[in-house]
Amino acid sequence: MVKVKVCVLRTAGTNCDQETAAAFKLAGANTQLLHINSLVSGAKALNDFHILALPGGFSYGDDIASGKIFANELRFKLVDSLRKFIKDGKLIIGICNGFQILVKSGLLPGSAELKQDTSLIINDSGKFEDRWVYLMPSGRCVWTKEFKRIIYLPVAHGEGKFITKDKNVLSRLNKNEQIVFHYCDASGKLSGYPDNPNGSTENIAGICDETGRILGLMPHPERHLFSAGHPRNWNLKSKAGDGLQIFKNGADYIKNNF
Amino acid sequence: MQCKIEVVDKPGIFDAVGQGVAKDIFDLRISGAKEVKFIQAYTLEGNLAEGQIISICEELLTDKVAQDYKILLEYPALSERPVRAFAQHIVEITYNSGVMDPVEASVLKGIKDLGITSVNSVKTAKKYIIFGKLSPVQLKTISEKLLYNKLIQHVVSPSLTEGDIKHLPAYNFNLITVDLLGANDAKLLEISKRGQLFLNLNEMRQIKDYFRKIKRNPTDCELETVAQTWSEHCYHKTFRGNIDYKEAEASPKLGNRKIKNLLKSTIMKVTNELKKDWCVSVFKDNSGIIKFDQENNICFKVETHNHPSALEPFGGANTGIGGVIRDSMGTGLGAKPILNSDVFCFAPPDLAFNKVPPGSLHPKRVMKGVVSGVGDYGNKMGIPTVNGAILFHEHFVSNPLVYCGTVGIIPKDKSFKQTNKGDLIVVVGGSTGRDGIHGATFSSGELTHESETVSSGAVQIGNPIEEKKVLDTILQARDQNLYTAITDCGAGGLSSAVGEMGAELGARVDLDKVPLKYSGLSYMEIWISESQERMVISVPLENINKLINIFANENVNAAVIGEFTGSKRLELYYQDNLVCDLDMQFLHEGIPQIAKKAVYIQVKHRKPKIAKKKNFTADLLKLLAHYDICSKEWVVRQYDHEVQGGSIIKPMTGLNNDGPSDASVTKPLFDSDQGIIISNGINFRFGFIDPYWMAASCIDEALRQIISVGGSLRQVAILDNFCWGNPDKPDRLGGLVRAAYGCYDTAKAYGVPFISGKDSFYNEFNLHGKSTSIPGTLLISAISVMDDVNKAVSMYAKGAGNLIYVVGKTCDELGGSHYYDLYKAVGNNVPKVYHEEAKKTFTALNRATEKGLIRAMHDCSDGGLVVALAEVAFSGGLGMEIFLSEVVAQANAKCNEVLLFSESNSRFVVEVEKSKQKEFEKLLKGTSFGLAGCLSAKNNFKIYGLDGKICVDTDINKLKECWKRPLRW
Repeated sequence: MVKVKVCVLRTAGTNCDQETAAAFKLAGANTQLLHINSLVSGAKALNDFHILALPGGFSYGDDIASGKIFANELRFKLVDSLRKFIKDGKLIIGICNGFQILVKSGLLPGSAELKQDTSLIINDSGKFEDRWVYLMPSGRCVWTKEFKRIIYLPVAHGEGKFITKDKNVLSRLNKNEQIVFHYCDASGKLSGYPDNPNGSTENIAGICDETGRILGLMPHPERHLFSAGHPRNWNLKSKAGDGLQIFKNGADYIKNNF
Repeated sequence: MQCKIEVVDKPGIFDAVGQGVAKDIFDLRISGAKEVKFIQAYTLEGNLAEGQIISICEELLTDKVAQDYKILLEYPALSERPVRAFAQHIVEITYNSGVMDPVEASVLKGIKDLGITSVNSVKTAKKYIIFGKLSPVQLKTISEKLLYNKLIQHVVSPSLTEGDIKHLPAYNFNLITVDLLGANDAKLLEISKRGQLFLNLNEMRQIKDYFRKIKRNPTDCELETVAQTWSEHCYHKTFRGNIDYKEAEASPKLGNRKIKNLLKSTIMKVTNELKKDWCVSVFKDNSGIIKFDQENNICFKVETHNHPSALEPFGGANTGIGGVIRDSMGTGLGAKPILNSDVFCFAPPDLAFNKVPPGSLHPKRVMKGVVSGVGDYGNKMGIPTVNGAILFHEHFVSNPLVYCGTVGIIPKDKSFKQTNKGDLIVVVGGSTGRDGIHGATFSSGELTHESETVSSGAVQIGNPIEEKKVLDTILQARDQNLYTAITDCGAGGLSSAVGEMGAELGARVDLDKVPLKYSGLSYMEIWISESQERMVISVPLENINKLINIFANENVNAAVIGEFTGSKRLELYYQDNLVCDLDMQFLHEGIPQIAKKAVYIQVKHRKPKIAKKKNFTADLLKLLAHYDICSKEWVVRQYDHEVQGGSIIKPMTGLNNDGPSDASVTKPLFDSDQGIIISNGINFRFGFIDPYWMAASCIDEALRQIISVGGSLRQVAILDNFCWGNPDKPDRLGGLVRAAYGCYDTAKAYGVPFISGKDSFYNEFNLHGKSTSIPGTLLISAISVMDDVNKAVSMYAKGAGNLIYVVGKTCDELGGSHYYDLYKAVGNNVPKVYHEEAKKTFTALNRATEKGLIRAMHDCSDGGLVVALAEVAFSGGLGMEIFLSEVVAQANAKCNEVLLFSESNSRFVVEVEKSKQKEFEKLLKGTSFGLAGCLSAKNNFKIYGLDGKICVDTDINKLKECWKRPLRW
């Protein structure tokens, strides 16, 4: 069986790289932490990997807008290798700042010309907030296959309000089943703040591209790898946290398809 | 040419910044402002074609989904702009020349990534359009109180573009000497004062003697270097000096005594006497190190950044946390920071504006600035803030306290450093600018209403991303063994860092090789600048290329600026001119010893007059709304406490994740279940009565929090952090001495060594000759290692029908309590620590958690037993019934008021399942405990008094609402 190779890509201000790498390692993959400069310089090649992970953090300090400068580096310096990576049927996941990067580079929701059709803007509360949220899985995405129940993950961001350019984009996302996670309450009901921590349109917490192979989400699955980290962990049976399965799904997909 | 680009949210997009400002204006009680619109502006300078400008706007500066942009090539003066039908005011804010704006570098990089190379500089500005009728005075108030801080920013004058920072004049070398040899005593003092050296006459004379011996006058740089090294901030003169102590009517009696080195007589003495083998490095390095597991050690340091935060709350707190994170990076050969802890003291945020002295900022603004400053840095560095506390008192109005702590993890074999002769001196990280000149000496004097102008340069601006870059690269260089020692540039800048590292060997530095932010800095400014995000490392010659490459690969500055020589001298050159040549021994050991006087006289406080009553429900509700006690959720949520993925016991817990946790538990390694517990103890109110018992109580509080989450006393290390008034005043120093001895006695009795500490003096505000001190405040921070995080216990009630125990004995100790504070009194019965009994309690409870017998545990602290009970109940969403008759109390404490509100130490509220009752009680045999009540699925919160009659009767939703409301901003 193929050994799954994951590139966790970081730059100045990335700060969830180590736990993202640990998550893929727990999922049975080989992970390598790379600075974006090593891809731009050609010292390392994206082609050598099956999965590209864009971890959370504050790339370039969120200056101008979150994820913007990193997104432009992808668009203007790595676009050819990225296009090939996607065409080859490989996987991309962007978490929090990674999601912001995917959205601002146009890799999500995804179009031939990499147009930015959606955005993640400052929370309705006007500030950074850290809290745990319930997520209702939906859509068709290889990263969330087998997800049948509500999962519980932390969010921590200041710019996570998902919006679309217009109604057409939103209905396209719905029609194509590209919405992967909705914020909800413990019972699965779609409710407002604080269950929806940022005021996202239609409670959207994560989306994928049309192929289902590129996932972006604001919540942090890599921060809930162990049930000990659950805020109310005292009577939980399983040792695994809700986030781990996402990374396992990614690794399994590569094992089954490469 | 210059062009200006304005980016604004599209109609219909929620303008969070504008709305936030509008809310803050309302808080200022100015009602005329109807709406605020925020615009981000960028001024670009360079040779740009129109197509390039459009490309910069569309591809970089604007989020096309949410924003529009406008390009102003020559923009009209404000007065010429079209005035709309309704009133509007425009305020545009930009950074002062010389103040670093981190966004500029990012924009420049982004433009380069577009393939455009002709932009020379970028300046950003924030523009606010305020709609509504406002008087010029109101507009000025809004601008000054909310929109900018004149230390670092200014309002853009309407019609002019701003001068560019790069146009600052170049610096032409000119060696300045100071005539010390010809100065009499009066003149010496004047030199000290004018130069902001904060040196006293004895010290100035000593310096004069040294230069007389070498037959020349000092350069300005030499004098500064001595002042920095000898400053209270760097040398800790008070704690290391001699003290002549006298006391009257104090219990326990210390007796009049002459103290040689207070630090060694108390704090360090505990550690020396306890001789714990898991203490790896104490009081030597930038933080204290203890053992974690077979491969790793952990280190902990807590710092203060009070004076800078008083003047510029955001920047002061921002660089405070940035600095303590660097302490961890500068420990051993570099530790990886894994968690932060923050403790603040402010004046009440609802303080009347007329009670705020001139030159001081309103406490609400200070608090908002400090909270976001700390959050900004910790969040961006990716270090979870897992623990903290916030307390309030009017005397913090001009001098808030900002304590920032960082824990790091470090491989065992990287825990020590050794600079070698011939090693190169390399400075890595941020460039050096004019920011933060005189920080070390500035914090060694009292604040006055003029501080904001005189010491404005003392404020630094942080750039967390720069520090993160340094961290990423430093750890790579460390793991390749490329350097032999490291320290951070903190107070005193290069002067302190190089001076310390080269204290044994001597050092030579070429100041012109230090990378600068802009030209125009003199040799002395380069030497003492406190520009942030810089580390100094010593690198063997053969490793230098490899090392420089690591930094270059990730766009981090690394410059060789000199060498550790072996000459035992500090030699500084600027363009080959010798500007400083000092004997290291004189620099580090030449400070004259002086004896300070200390006097402690116990003050008798008034007891409050409280009418006898049967029902205390109203008092409980008021206590829960006390600023010290109420929910700090507004603050906690703004801090990332989950990053790095190891948070187990989080700052907030419970059914809805909104109850107040005691200590934090963190699992730092992905492949091990071993954990780190962090807690803190702080209570300046007890210090009003006796700082000795304040210190004892702080230690007890920190320890009982560790017990509460399932920890033990087996391996606990503590840190002291004294924030005090002017130690040259005998009454202030008297209190400090008592606090230090309280630390010694209590820590020794509990068997917990100090591993690091810090003191911050001169926390006084001088207005028109009258000086007000902050309450002498001690923060005890504790760190402990836990074998298995799966055994950690949280504080919220878990199950209806479960039993509630009160463990520990309640005494008649309402002195310094929050209950008395409700009645504006202090009282005299300060809580004491009965450590023999407490140790038994702690050990028994730890055994019970190890056996899984405890469902929830919460320590009793601010507000006493009744507040702890309420917090347990409402956090778990369960009702509770309690019988005070079952609470173990000292004979004279048997009254409802004392049982409910006394803040006696070493007490806990414990939840146990009925099935575990026997086993639990057997384990606790020999300690003071009482089965006081149980939990119910209803919302009722009822307490029955000693007479069996109800004395508190309310419901948990009401309790919770009272507790959550005050700081729900």
